[in-house]
Amino acid sequence: MAAPGGFSGTDFKQEDDVFLGFSKAQLLALLVMVVFIAVAPFYLYPVFLMKLLCFALFACAFNLLIGYVGLLSFGHAAYFGMGGYLAGHSAKVWGLPPELSIIIGGAVGAALGLVVGWIAIRRQGIYFAMITLAFAQMIYFFCVQAPFTGGEDGIQSIPRGLLFGTFDLRRDLTMYWFTAGVFLIGFLLVHRIVHSPFGMVLKSIRENEPRATSLGYRTDDYKLMAFVLSAGLAGVAGGLKSIVFGIATLTDVFWTMSGEVVLMSLVGGLGTIFGPVVGAAVIITMQNYLAEFGAWVTVIQGVIFVLCVLAFRRGVVGEIGNWLRVRL
Amino acid sequence: MEEIFGIPTPLLFGQVLLGLINGAFYALLSLGLAVIFGMLNVINFTHGAQFMMGAFVAWMLLNYLGIGYWGALVLAPIIVGITGVILERTMIARLYKLDHLYGLLLTFGMGLIIEGLFRNEFGSSGLPYRIPPELTGAWDLGFMFMPIYRGWVVVVAIVMCLATWLVIEKTKIGSYLRAATENPALVQAFGINVPRMMTLTYGAGVALAAFAGVLAAPIYSVNPQMGANLIIIVFAVVVIGGMGSILGSVITGFGLGVVEGLTKVFYPEASSTVIFVVMAIVLLARPAGLFGRS
Repeated sequence: MAAPGGFSGTDFKQEDDVFLGFSKAQLLALLVMVVFIAVAPFYLYPVFLMKLLCFALFACAFNLLIGYVGLLSFGHAAYFGMGGYLAGHSAKVWGLPPELSIIIGGAVGAALGLVVGWIAIRRQGIYFAMITLAFAQMIYFFCVQAPFTGGEDGIQSIPRGLLFGTFDLRRDLTMYWFTAGVFLIGFLLVHRIVHSPFGMVLKSIRENEPRATSLGYRTDDYKLMAFVLSAGLAGVAGGLKSIVFGIATLTDVFWTMSGEVVLMSLVGGLGTIFGPVVGAAVIITMQNYLAEFGAWVTVIQGVIFVLCVLAFRRGVVGEIGNWLRVRL
Repeated sequence: MEEIFGIPTPLLFGQVLLGLINGAFYALLSLGLAVIFGMLNVINFTHGAQFMMGAFVAWMLLNYLGIGYWGALVLAPIIVGITGVILERTMIARLYKLDHLYGLLLTFGMGLIIEGLFRNEFGSSGLPYRIPPELTGAWDLGFMFMPIYRGWVVVVAIVMCLATWLVIEKTKIGSYLRAATENPALVQAFGINVPRMMTLTYGAGVALAAFAGVLAAPIYSVNPQMGANLIIIVFAVVVIGGMGSILGSVITGFGLGVVEGLTKVFYPEASSTVIFVVMAIVLLARPAGLFGRS
């Protein structure tokens, strides 16, 4: 299905791994990102930054599929939103600590991903996108009706609670460091997955699935595993978001959210490690400043979509990498 | 009162009729999608927005120019079809050489733009559109009352689907179209202008969506979101039917509409999800779809 040169960022020659699969350029970029995360809360509003980090993690999870396996899931909001609902429910109704609630959110995302992925990988390309979208819509309708989601109201006033029984997350800065920690772990996990032997098989499936099959790999199993990992991480991101904001709503399971995460990855650069992070930063910042313009936000997002597809397919990070002749 | 399976007959037939009407829209929209996909290899995510545009153009024709339902039924598809041709020429045509998924992303973005623009202009609450006077009222069928307009929608949708099938299967243009779907390079070698055919096919598919939009205007309120929610269900219909055959997508469309209507009678909680459940079952049993070629 994939055209040669495919649906991903430009691949340069495999550079020498300097450290845990990071090349020199990537290490430098990682350093910049970590410094930014460490310094930013003293200059910018921590709640805004936490939102950004949640979506960055969500986009990284999505990018694992599209960028490295070549699977376009158009229903990732389902795992994100359901992760958020279950984490919120665990924290509020069951009174579980935040770290456990978020893990439950991730587990729910992964479990849903297992079911949907198992059915969806029977078709490829465009059909795969349509099937994941349809299942996400089904989960949305389920959330509208299910009693525990609170319907239109959502789950409100979810307590942030005490992390590991000692750190009070009600302080924004403490919550911020926790969010940053979860994000970094997720980010490094995606990077690790991509650079593991398992990740190499995923990339070979992206490039040429029949060939990977002929080499003896059960490509469906690999695709499903990648799907479950991606959905699980999306669930963690959703759970984290509902703990940060104390609310889980239908917005997070709706198809527009699935579109937004596609847009973030596209803007940042599909198949780049840092692309989704940059893309999430761009889109969340934009939404933040344009919130007062109402429906124009939709129009502007649509325009960005069209521009990216027509003229800017490598995305911000992909373009920078191409310009510097390095893979980021 | 007569009953079937413990359900009052009027209720049962009423829901079946509603199902047939929804099915008519599923059929018309999935038909357009299938025709476009067959020729362009693009899944037209803008289809829902173009359906909505059809309804809005009908409303605008009436309120700005005084052109009524019958005029709109002809003019709205032409107008929206022309916008489709422009869209295809200026944007979609640039993507044919790339991965098909880019076409999906592009048309998704176009859909967002169109929907957002209409929401800015007309707000999210619906606009009323009257049923034309010739089609108001209801027939007494004995076992139920049938609003004439609803019957008209079902009949006209079936006629339209058959007409599309006839054009594609029995005319010379249709034979070019089928040939170009199989092997565009060869057809082009015979001196047929394939790029222009692709443009016209896209325009025709879009016009079909707009036609459905005009039909829908008096039934649903005319609002900017009317297409977006429908199109996802239509995607599921397309997956179930498979895009290999025209008649297949028509039958699947109507069939699923009725299934949905019956679910409303017997198990209302599942009525919004039943089509997706059917999709899951079909994918497990026949991944290529009911009428699809793998």
